[in-house]
Amino acid sequence: MTISSDEPELRALMLAGLDGDEASHKSLLTKLSAYLRAYFKGQLARIGRGPSDAEDLVQETLIALHTRRHTYDRSQLLTPWVYAIARYRLVDYLRRTKSANMDVPVEAAEGVFANDDVSIVDSGLDLTKLLAQLTPKMRQAIQFVKLDGMSVSEAAVRAGMSQSAIKVSVHRGLRALSLLVRERSPS
Amino acid sequence: MKTDDLINLLGTNIEPVKGGQLRNTLLAALAVGAAGALCLLLLIFGAPGEAIGREYLGLKVLGLAFTLGLVATGASYLLRAARPGEPGRRPLIVIGLLFFALLSASVITLVLSHPAAWGGMIFGPQWAACLICIPLFSIVPFASLVWALRKEAPTNPVWTGAVAGLVAGALGAAAFTLHHSAGSIPFIVLWYGGPIVVCTVVGAILGPRLLRW
Repeated sequence: MTISSDEPELRALMLAGLDGDEASHKSLLTKLSAYLRAYFKGQLARIGRGPSDAEDLVQETLIALHTRRHTYDRSQLLTPWVYAIARYRLVDYLRRTKSANMDVPVEAAEGVFANDDVSIVDSGLDLTKLLAQLTPKMRQAIQFVKLDGMSVSEAAVRAGMSQSAIKVSVHRGLRALSLLVRERSPS
Repeated sequence: MKTDDLINLLGTNIEPVKGGQLRNTLLAALAVGAAGALCLLLLIFGAPGEAIGREYLGLKVLGLAFTLGLVATGASYLLRAARPGEPGRRPLIVIGLLFFALLSASVITLVLSHPAAWGGMIFGPQWAACLICIPLFSIVPFASLVWALRKEAPTNPVWTGAVAGLVAGALGAAAFTLHHSAGSIPFIVLWYGGPIVVCTVVGAILGPRLLRW
């Protein structure tokens, strides 16, 4: 699939997600994960790394796409924004793992969207272990709102915190999670 | 972890995102930085009122126009560089032109004046103060800009860091101009422009370390 055929649909999902539509946001992340998987598998294959490492990068990029989604300019195309983030995560990953072959060719944004791949492998990331490294406040907020699916007001009552404190804890928790994922020791 | 589980986690109970968030964060950082530089100026030199002499008013206005021009152009670059993707080069070209215009003007001034006066024009009063105060005044703006940019997603940390340094240096220089007018155009280029360039280089060096995400 190419950008031209997919961009309008992905962009519509992104805009709906930015307005708070859960289903659109999940659907966007699912569709993007297939493209990202194919892209990272291809790039990592060149340096002899397997699908599990690629899946790490897919998940890392999904977290980045989600926690930095306010940096998307609604008036612009979506796919170049996604490509820039995917490429940045790849370059950062290669630098972190000190790969010998560090140049990532600059392609058009189509590079990410050239193929999709839905063959799922588990990543090397362990969500339970990652969550255990957050502060209790953040962990609890993410558990209630993100994993148990409570509304913010329900979670606020359960945790004995204000609603805005819950929102802030979820937000900070996801940021902290992306940092933990980035700084984990290479597997 | 399965990617579907992660998508579920990320996609559950999402908050709507307001449009102008990135812009507001950066503008707030700019305001905080400017206020910080001004506070430091007041703390060290007191109110700038008396320093505004009529003799150098033109040069003060020129110095302010140059530094605030750099702040505005640099900020417009940062607004784009804070988002993933290509920020475009136009603001960088404008910044280069601002420096080039002032440099040409100072060469012309030097050519038009007697060589015996050059020393006085170049090493005007307080040139050393510029060298120390402008980087000093730029610390708060730089810190607040980095704080803001870390919330965003710059994909080119060297250039983003450099321009953040430039904007911070130019804000520091603008604050210093309020206190002390340059005595000549070559003075502005050398002792205002020079420290701004230093801040830019420092920003470029620190960028990759401070702006990683």
